[in-house]
Amino acid sequence: MENSNKEMKLKYDKTVWKEMFIYFKSFKKDFLILCAFMISLAAVDISFPLLTQYAIDTFVVPRNLEGLWVVAVAYAVLTVALSLIVFLFIKHAGKIEMGLLYQMRKDAFEKLQKLSFSYYDKNAIGWMIARTTSDASKISETVAWGLVDMVWGFAMMIGISVVMLIVNWRLALVTLVTVPLLAVISVFFEKKMLVSYRNVRKINSKITGLFNDGIVGAKTTKTLVREELNREEFGEVILDMKRNSVRAGTISAGYLPMALFISAIGTVLTLYFGSVFIMGELITYGTLMLFITYARQFFDPVLELARIYTEMISAQAAAERVMSLINEKEDITEDSEVLALYGNHYDQKVENWEPIHGDVEFKNVDFYYKEGEYILQDFNLKVSAGQTIALVGETGSGKSTIVNLACRFYEPTGGQILIDGKDYKERSQNWLHANIGYVLQSPHLFSGSIKENIRYGKLDATDEEIIEAAKTVNAHDFIIKLEKGYETEVGEGGGMLSTGEKQLISFARAIISRPSLFFLDEATSSIDTETEAKIQYAIDTVLENRTSFIIAHRLSTIRNADVILVIEKGKVIEQGDHHTLMALKGHYYDLYANQFIEEGERDLLNQHDKIKKTSRDEDLLSA
Amino acid sequence: MKNIFKYLKGYRAVFLMAIISIVIATAMQLATPILIKYAVDSVIGDVPAGNLQFIMDMTGKNLMAVVWMIVGINFIRGVFLFLKGVLSSYAAENIAQNMRDALYKQIQYMTFEYHTKKETGDMIQRCTSDVETIRRFLGVQIVDLGRIIFMIILSVAIMLTLNVALTLYAVALIPVLFFFSYIFFTKVQKNFKKSDEAEGKLTTVLQENLSGVRVVRAFGREKYEIDKFEDVNQNYRKTTYRLIEILAMFWSSSDLLTLFQSGIVLVVGAMMVIDGSLTIGTLIAFITYESMLLWPVKQSGRLLSEMGKTTVAITRVEEILNEPIEHALPDEIEPEIEGEIVFENVSFSYPDGKRALSNISFTLEKGKTLGILGSTGAGKSTLVHLLQRLYDYEGSIRIDGHELKTINKQWIRRKIGLILQEPYLYAKTVKENIGIIDRNYDEHQIAEAAKVASIHDNILTFKDGYETIIGEKGVSLSGGQKQRVAISRTIIDHDKSILVFDDSLSAVDTETDMRIRRALKKRSKDVTTLIISHRINTLAEADYILVLDSGEMIQQGTHDLLINEDGLYKRIWDLQKMVV
Repeated sequence: MENSNKEMKLKYDKTVWKEMFIYFKSFKKDFLILCAFMISLAAVDISFPLLTQYAIDTFVVPRNLEGLWVVAVAYAVLTVALSLIVFLFIKHAGKIEMGLLYQMRKDAFEKLQKLSFSYYDKNAIGWMIARTTSDASKISETVAWGLVDMVWGFAMMIGISVVMLIVNWRLALVTLVTVPLLAVISVFFEKKMLVSYRNVRKINSKITGLFNDGIVGAKTTKTLVREELNREEFGEVILDMKRNSVRAGTISAGYLPMALFISAIGTVLTLYFGSVFIMGELITYGTLMLFITYARQFFDPVLELARIYTEMISAQAAAERVMSLINEKEDITEDSEVLALYGNHYDQKVENWEPIHGDVEFKNVDFYYKEGEYILQDFNLKVSAGQTIALVGETGSGKSTIVNLACRFYEPTGGQILIDGKDYKERSQNWLHANIGYVLQSPHLFSGSIKENIRYGKLDATDEEIIEAAKTVNAHDFIIKLEKGYETEVGEGGGMLSTGEKQLISFARAIISRPSLFFLDEATSSIDTETEAKIQYAIDTVLENRTSFIIAHRLSTIRNADVILVIEKGKVIEQGDHHTLMALKGHYYDLYANQFIEEGERDLLNQHDKIKKTSRDEDLLSA
Repeated sequence: MKNIFKYLKGYRAVFLMAIISIVIATAMQLATPILIKYAVDSVIGDVPAGNLQFIMDMTGKNLMAVVWMIVGINFIRGVFLFLKGVLSSYAAENIAQNMRDALYKQIQYMTFEYHTKKETGDMIQRCTSDVETIRRFLGVQIVDLGRIIFMIILSVAIMLTLNVALTLYAVALIPVLFFFSYIFFTKVQKNFKKSDEAEGKLTTVLQENLSGVRVVRAFGREKYEIDKFEDVNQNYRKTTYRLIEILAMFWSSSDLLTLFQSGIVLVVGAMMVIDGSLTIGTLIAFITYESMLLWPVKQSGRLLSEMGKTTVAITRVEEILNEPIEHALPDEIEPEIEGEIVFENVSFSYPDGKRALSNISFTLEKGKTLGILGSTGAGKSTLVHLLQRLYDYEGSIRIDGHELKTINKQWIRRKIGLILQEPYLYAKTVKENIGIIDRNYDEHQIAEAAKVASIHDNILTFKDGYETIIGEKGVSLSGGQKQRVAISRTIIDHDKSILVFDDSLSAVDTETDMRIRRALKKRSKDVTTLIISHRINTLAEADYILVLDSGEMIQQGTHDLLINEDGLYKRIWDLQKMVV
């Protein structure tokens, strides 16, 4: 969508493809082999009519059976050769296509692992997925099969022209006279079709969007009684779709007949002049037959080349997008010294990693996404090992920024963050990340079993360690109650589990490696009382003896924190422990009172529900 | 198959014309080699015209005339090919349009019940790619199929008139080629599916990695993720390469078969010419017909297997179209609504037998406010959904004395504004979303509604203001903002006599909550209001309060009454007092 202007470009852009081929230079040998296959295929294709001509002139016309077996054998040889080459070139082009695709996807994925969160903030996940999947496959397809058709097409055209010119240059010129016209017409129609089908696809995605609105929003539609209006709007779009599709259909319906007619004119010219030449005994029957066949054989390559040309134009936008992802500059990079000592993602030199004690200091930290629009300015905070810091404030106040900076998901734009007294940029990201535990507000699990998900926190964890971690956060009980226990599949994104259960598993995952620093973004959504109590327990356990930063919502968490920071617009407006802040009767006091009521109401409702349920259970038991 | 033809209805004549066009075009295509044969044999050579005497009669021994005839025939062919293309695309697009319209309409009018259970992704798939499969079949494949069948019949017929013996040689391998192609394309479906699945897995890993990027980074699991992606990437490459290999095998061996078949014609034909039983021109014509015949045979296998896919797609589309929809009954009334609501022994059970409400009775006078309190699953939402007839009920619900069941559903839904807790906003601009129920609202009315719902100022902070597009392609709103847009799009209609808030202020802070309710009250005193809320402050202002639990009414009365009665309401109220 965002590139729609670029996509409408109808000119072949050499620089894009040059960049692409430089990127693919490791495939050079494969490309050359494929070219060789295609040239031999064209040679065989050209030989068949020659053999026919030879048969007609040598045996058929003079009515001579002697030696006809040579033709049969030669024909058989050519047949086998052709089938073999067809098999080999399809296989090889397939190998190249898959190889290119694999390479692009691998590079794109690795790049995505390195790009900082600011890239993720700017680009939608759907956008990144499309680059890595459909755009990449469009390029590999166009390059691999485009090369096949292009080399074959050129080889055919050159080969046929040369043979015809040698056999009879006059008739050759007659046969070739319509080719330029055919080429012009083909390119013209291909371009027209490119534009009109692009329109159709655009409307098509609109239709998908409307179906989405209609299906997902069906309940809302009912309550608003918008059925008729929705249908009217939809009706307009599908009418538009029909008109555009019929137009596109008409253009493509015109293309082939037009091309075929031009080609027929070529054949007819060949037939006419050929016949005249035969009558003048300038050429043989076989030669006439040869030229008629060649006239027809010239048709496909011309159309193919026109198609490849427009396909390359249409794949250009995809190529630009994929290359821009692969060549994207990384925000957070590491010094070569740091890399040498601590290793990179692939080769982590764990033996050189110092243990973390847990002191964290923000020293005059500034942070902004856009120059001038500070999120944090001159922020200072000193945390000693083992302390719990609760961050309180409205959405967008800068709480998450502090956590993200501490985790080095972003780096400060000014000032320093010290861990155990040393700027964290002097050590590697992996070193820091190996020492932190992190639990998100909305827990994210990967498809796989519960066990695999907990093991994500420590890849070499034994089953005992996993159970141990689950027990620590009180998740063990619910896990073993599941039919398959720790082997239970959590589904895509953890969809088979409830939010509370996902939360507990993400706690287990965070503490299994016994991190020295712990970051928690507390969930706001309400969870049933039982799980709520478990999570509370998990939080209490996890925070013990660890330096922790919590974006806190629960009163109990806030109350128990060593330091509470009330943040507004990137500034700490109140700081201290619970009692100090309550005594201030300021922001914290208001926040607390509000939260107290909300939480109390929820608890009462839930408790009530629970009492009711247990008493019903008791009724059942006594009955 | 029968179903496919049902959709052709109304366009049968167009399809017929398309097929006639393709038949004419094919006939013209097949005529060209005959004319070339005639030119070679009887114009250049001296072979008697035989059963081509009619051409002799028309052109004589004039090469130029034959040439013009070929040009003319090819021109006619071009015209009919074009007609076929236009006609079949016209018919297919019209049918696709009808099908899309039918599906969309069906979805709009299906029951509320259905929409609570449906699988969104699958349904969208049916409405888009299944329709596309059907459209392609109708637009391209059906006519192609006609062409192939006709091409085979006609070219064999012509060959038979030219030379029976050589014809037998010429079609010897055709059945083999056909079955080979058909069996192959049926079998290879499995490999296509495998490749699709491998791609699906790759996308899942990618998707999970990107949406879980915070987890990946926090645990320093970049290498682990790269390895995981390597697996699926490698797997897709292998699976798809295997598919390509199989295709390579098919195309090369079918080429072998085809060339072998042509070789037979060439060699046997040459021998026949040599022994004098065949003319050169006939041989040339045979070679040409052979090549015209072989290509469609190779394609037919693919076409037939595509047809299998179309049948599946049609079944899937029909499954949606056969679902029951909401109907208007003949004697439904459309009364003016003042806003008095009476529930008398109202009960409701879901179709699966789960009891959701039992014996609810209350009376709410016009202009009064009813507050509803209860835990999750207590039946609060179900109760208010009954008012809009989203479900059918047992017992009696009367609005201004009219039994609800006798009132037209759409009519009553227009009179009762129901705001859901998790409202859906359409992928349109903010302005369009607020004015969604009627396109005639002007900017003032929209801004006024937004002001009442306390969302106007928020909207102005968006870069494009009221023109900001909501959803994936635009800005994503917070839960509270969504709820307020939902309120404004409902209250924009001043004619609503009943407003129902299904916990639809839950994500809005307490102050704003109050501000919105005040603004509404000020705007219209006569509106009967039902509010589901967990906020005691909100409920306290209601004229009457119901406390629900597991589908039963456990307490009811005014605020003053309930705070003096031991129960859930009082306990929550006490909590409130503790803080203030």
